[in-house]
Amino acid sequence: MTNDREAILARVRDALRPLGERAPLPDFEEGVDLARNRSPLADPLAEFTERIRAVNGEVLAGPAALVESLRARGWTHGYCDPALWPVFAPFFGAPFTVETSFDRTRVDDYSFGITRGVGAIAETGTIILDDATSSSRLAALAPWAHVAVIPRSRLYADLPSAVAALGADPNIVWCTGPSKTADVEGILIEGVHGPGFQAAIFTD
Amino acid sequence: MRTQPIDRAAAALPAETRASVYDGSKSGYDKRTKVLFDHYADPDRLRELAGEVKQHVVENLDTYLPALEARLLANGAKVHWASTAEAACEAVHGIMKARGARKLVKAKTMVSEEIGLEDYLTKRGIESLETDLGEFIVQLDHDHPSHIIKPIMHKNRRQIAETFEKNGLGAYDDRPEEITRRARGFLRHKYLEADVGLTGANFVVAESGRVVVVTNEGNSRFCLAATRCHIVLVGIEKILPRDRDLGLFLNLLARSGTGQHLTVYNEFISGPRGAGQPDGPEEMHVILVDNGRTEVLATECRDILRCIRCGACLNVCPVYRQSGGHAYRSVYPGPVGAVLSPLLLGKRFPEKADLPKASSLCGACNEVCPVNIPIPDLLLRLRDRAHREGVPSPGTPPMGAWAILATQPVAWRSALLAGRAINYLPTALVPVPALRAWESKRTLPPWRGGEFRRWLKARRK
Repeated sequence: MTNDREAILARVRDALRPLGERAPLPDFEEGVDLARNRSPLADPLAEFTERIRAVNGEVLAGPAALVESLRARGWTHGYCDPALWPVFAPFFGAPFTVETSFDRTRVDDYSFGITRGVGAIAETGTIILDDATSSSRLAALAPWAHVAVIPRSRLYADLPSAVAALGADPNIVWCTGPSKTADVEGILIEGVHGPGFQAAIFTD
Repeated sequence: MRTQPIDRAAAALPAETRASVYDGSKSGYDKRTKVLFDHYADPDRLRELAGEVKQHVVENLDTYLPALEARLLANGAKVHWASTAEAACEAVHGIMKARGARKLVKAKTMVSEEIGLEDYLTKRGIESLETDLGEFIVQLDHDHPSHIIKPIMHKNRRQIAETFEKNGLGAYDDRPEEITRRARGFLRHKYLEADVGLTGANFVVAESGRVVVVTNEGNSRFCLAATRCHIVLVGIEKILPRDRDLGLFLNLLARSGTGQHLTVYNEFISGPRGAGQPDGPEEMHVILVDNGRTEVLATECRDILRCIRCGACLNVCPVYRQSGGHAYRSVYPGPVGAVLSPLLLGKRFPEKADLPKASSLCGACNEVCPVNIPIPDLLLRLRDRAHREGVPSPGTPPMGAWAILATQPVAWRSALLAGRAINYLPTALVPVPALRAWESKRTLPPWRGGEFRRWLKARRK
């Protein structure tokens, strides 16, 4: 394999040698060159709400609205991040069963997962998860419903500012609405491998 | 009459498949155009900018590859280099053997298709399973993808339902929602059983070592939530210089590929899972694959290495719409494939030298390309190369007589005049049957040969 490294790099150098001047790296200004034709709403949260709805996701006002929404859909067994549970527990009575550790051998038992998110993007209605903040990758993915609890201060206006804030976490994922496919005859179906229901709750 | 291979493939395509391909590619194109042009005042400026960034990377791979390697190592990933398809397969197998791993789930990798990984691993007793819904169906059918991002564009729901029934995934049911639910139920347990998750990469960033994987279904995310070892198979040309370039490229990729504002899952991976995270790989390997790319780099067609595999050029191509992806006999179909596939063969170029000819050079592919690749120019260069290498060219009409006329003004003028005879000839008497058949369905405009020359002459006076 070491030989392959040297061989590939040698071939790359040989291939590039005849080039006179190499193409320079262009610079661009995010605010100008990447600017969208959009009029951001005065309130980023209002824009986020509009955008996540456009991809069939939801913003929930708080734990009470969440519980009501889960109950109405009959989703009563789920997972909650242990760090959030003290705040959420008072809202979950019967008929709910909520676990604070995710057992991967019973992946089909959970109909919802509540985890923290590290941020959100207003322009696209995107929630951001990472390894340090979101207690379990699987709990945010395998259940039919995922609810991310996100500090309002981490709502980024647009894609370039979210890229600038990526940081050092080894695994960051942006989720924009429910998991979806159009592989079968171009017909949109939600909930392929990941959630069929994606919601966000913002905290102060 | 002798024809080109792609004509024969298109003629042999069942009407049902042709309809699937035509509708699928056309709807993909219509949506994309609307989104891109609604959102940006000057989308062409974005495409040109992205093209300049990638061209810079391609022409500076000698600096970017070692820089990327150093970042990946610093992030805690292991780096492997593979000159050939065989070497890349061996690298995957080697990693699995070292872990005693028997099962692998795959997401978002065309390189694995390119190197024939499934066959290689199956022969060695390793189960390798596709997790993208379309790729999964292709695998069940022992078929091949026919589109870069819509692998089963050539299939309809009835064919898929029959495949599921044959493979023990429940009784025949052709509702797309039911098909998707069954795949969901089946595949999630496969992720959880697998030891290794293998993905491709849409981008790898040299500055940060981030591997960026983009999916709508979330299958790549599930691979990285359920397995303990992550292998990334990536072509050496997939580098972006800086994190900030992602803002540009992710915007363009989603809009060009599917007409979305942003793909559902954009995952940025820069190493094994973080401390305290219970799920995900504790080991990460990146295999940098050449497999012919350095040969492409050495040609005047190196611009094709900018490609970000969005599929936009397939959707817009009149040849692709009529012939479907399989007609290109390659992992990479459509206009990009017509350039890339013969080039990746290196010295075996003549085997696919017919592909660059299967184009009307209409230029639509260049107009939609998010990295502004001049595909028609590259097709012409490859036609020239085939000609210089003396590759036989069945189906190309002989141009010798035309060349004699076109290079001798006297002969040309006489021919233009003589052509008037056609206005007085009954077409039923045309001695060539194919021409007679063509004529019987069309009315030719009257021959007006020479009028342009007369007009020009008068103008010059």
